[in-house]
Amino acid sequence: MNKPAMPNSFRTGPDEQGMFGIFGGRFVAETLMPLILDLEEKWNEARTDPAFRAELQALSTFYAGRPSKLYFAEGLTRYLGGAKIYFKREDLNHTGSHKINNCLGQILLAKRMGKTRIIAETGAGQHGVASATVAARFGLPCVVYMGATDVARQSPNVFRMKLLGAEVKPVSAGHGTLKDAMNEALRDWVTNVEDTYYLIGTAAGPHPYPEMVREFQSPIGTEARAQILEQEGRLPDVIIAAVGGGSNAIGLFHPFLDDKDVRIVGIEAGGRGLDGIEHCASMNAGRPGVLHGNRTYLLQNEDGQILDGHSISAGLDYPGVGPEHSWLRDTGRVDYVPVLDDEALEAFQLCTRTEGIIPALESAHAIAHAVKIAPSMGKDEVIVVNLSGRGDKDVHTVASMMGMEI
Amino acid sequence: MTETRIDRRMAKLKAEGRPALVTYFMGGDPDYDTSLSIMKALGRSGADVIELGMPFSDPMADGPAIQAAGLRSLKGGQTLVRTLQMAADFRRDDDDTPIVLMGYYNPIYIYGVERFLADAKASGIDGLIVVDLPPEMDEELCVPALRAGINFIRLATPTTDDKRLPKVLQNTSGFVYYVSMTGITGSALADTGKVAEAVRRIKQHTDLPVCVGFGVKTAEQARTIGASADGVVVGTAIVNAVANVLGPDGRRTADPAEAVATLVSGLAQGVRQARLAAAE
Repeated sequence: MNKPAMPNSFRTGPDEQGMFGIFGGRFVAETLMPLILDLEEKWNEARTDPAFRAELQALSTFYAGRPSKLYFAEGLTRYLGGAKIYFKREDLNHTGSHKINNCLGQILLAKRMGKTRIIAETGAGQHGVASATVAARFGLPCVVYMGATDVARQSPNVFRMKLLGAEVKPVSAGHGTLKDAMNEALRDWVTNVEDTYYLIGTAAGPHPYPEMVREFQSPIGTEARAQILEQEGRLPDVIIAAVGGGSNAIGLFHPFLDDKDVRIVGIEAGGRGLDGIEHCASMNAGRPGVLHGNRTYLLQNEDGQILDGHSISAGLDYPGVGPEHSWLRDTGRVDYVPVLDDEALEAFQLCTRTEGIIPALESAHAIAHAVKIAPSMGKDEVIVVNLSGRGDKDVHTVASMMGMEI
Repeated sequence: MTETRIDRRMAKLKAEGRPALVTYFMGGDPDYDTSLSIMKALGRSGADVIELGMPFSDPMADGPAIQAAGLRSLKGGQTLVRTLQMAADFRRDDDDTPIVLMGYYNPIYIYGVERFLADAKASGIDGLIVVDLPPEMDEELCVPALRAGINFIRLATPTTDDKRLPKVLQNTSGFVYYVSMTGITGSALADTGKVAEAVRRIKQHTDLPVCVGFGVKTAEQARTIGASADGVVVGTAIVNAVANVLGPDGRRTADPAEAVATLVSGLAQGVRQARLAAAE
């Protein structure tokens, strides 16, 4: 495939049709089309409305705890003996991950649109918990679709959602992971169009979701950029984030896209290796296709049937990726590289022991890449890793991978 | 564009004064040979238009019955190549019954749009219904299909208001498929009074026939809906008729093609009584 022309700025997309180059778009059933157009209109009004912005700002500060800290990971840096590693501490947000940023933005929009019922899909359960949290905060009923496999491997988050008053509906179709949960959420939405707001958790889906979610997650990068300038007096050499659907990554990356000296690396779930189908590295091993309302890189067979993929991390277990990442891949602005299950697991333990921080398995993929590259970098060089979430939810998975019972 | 089998069939039925029976089945469910025998049974038991389902791994607008049928079909080895082959095989005995391919965009996109249209035309396909291609994405497949002489049949839904209808109808040809309620395939039938009103509303914007689907399962319902619509679409009931004779262990309790023929003969009687009943 030909490389698209290098744009003057990487920060202007999508176009009016919701396209990032050939990626993105609005590939949805007609029933949903009027809703998506309405959402786009209301979103465009809200984003420039000072009252909306002020309310979101206040909630971000006093409810979610923003700005999140940029932390110098001295223990890990010393252990690796190379570049200085900083963590953007999204794990310290209320609910324990970056997901709350997007949920606060969208629940305010749902309220503004007069919607009275929230639905969401979730993989690891982080977005489900964040959705259930904001639904509780604003007194709206919430239904969370979650793959049956994920319900089993993320039981603490399932219980959290229930405590928060959400109804968790396990989805057993397919492999029972994020893809299947998203199908079921779309079926719910197409049935309950009048009163229901679909709170998509990642920077994917039909336009305007990828753009909207990016905007709600961009404080990650905006803050990190200002914080590193303040703490190091310069921009980082490399920034790294894990990519499932890609919301924490696009949130970190977007404010840095036009800083051409900053290397940007997105980490895909390499699972058990890219040779077979037991991975979720859609941009390394997939090809462009159409699913869940957008065109993007997808794991699929030669007949265009979507494959299920595999990752140790439920949050990365998705055969697609947000469309803007696909475009950033093809333009060459961002490098997307795979990290294996085992490497993530090792980084998970290393971070826990050297920093006293238990990272989410998703974030451990990003840390694993820093572990690989930091030793060969100079001591005056700087890496920023997005620590997108805390790992308490993953201790059962990690224990069983380590052959322990807890 | 030039006249297709759909246009000819719809004109003929209009002259006869009765609505069309449009039947959906899943191509390749549960295997190629059985499915081809089902397709032939549809043709000889009174289906006026055949919708040939293209299976997809992630059918976002379908209910459990069609989801399961798609999975059975994929498990049986069905691909888009084989679905086109099925249409071509059917055409050897029947060159009149219109065939509409129905499914999702990704398998077509991966096949390659131009190659797909050429092969579809050569296989005797007359129309396409692609659920996840709204008018906003017309350049993808709809416009190329029209150029290739294949009808692109658009779905109109209860959420398609008067303001949006012209956009939905703009590049539609063959017929308009009115989805009777917001929801997935196989749900309960909507209020027939509301359906009739919606059909009238759409007809103010177009001269195309309006066929109504989603929720029609019985001959009685086909008769009622057919009183106001130019066609009645039945899908889930046919897919269920197949599923019902496939035992859980794969042992069939009856011939799936016969089960479908029995159901469709009844539905065909239903549509033939629709206008008589309305005139009473």
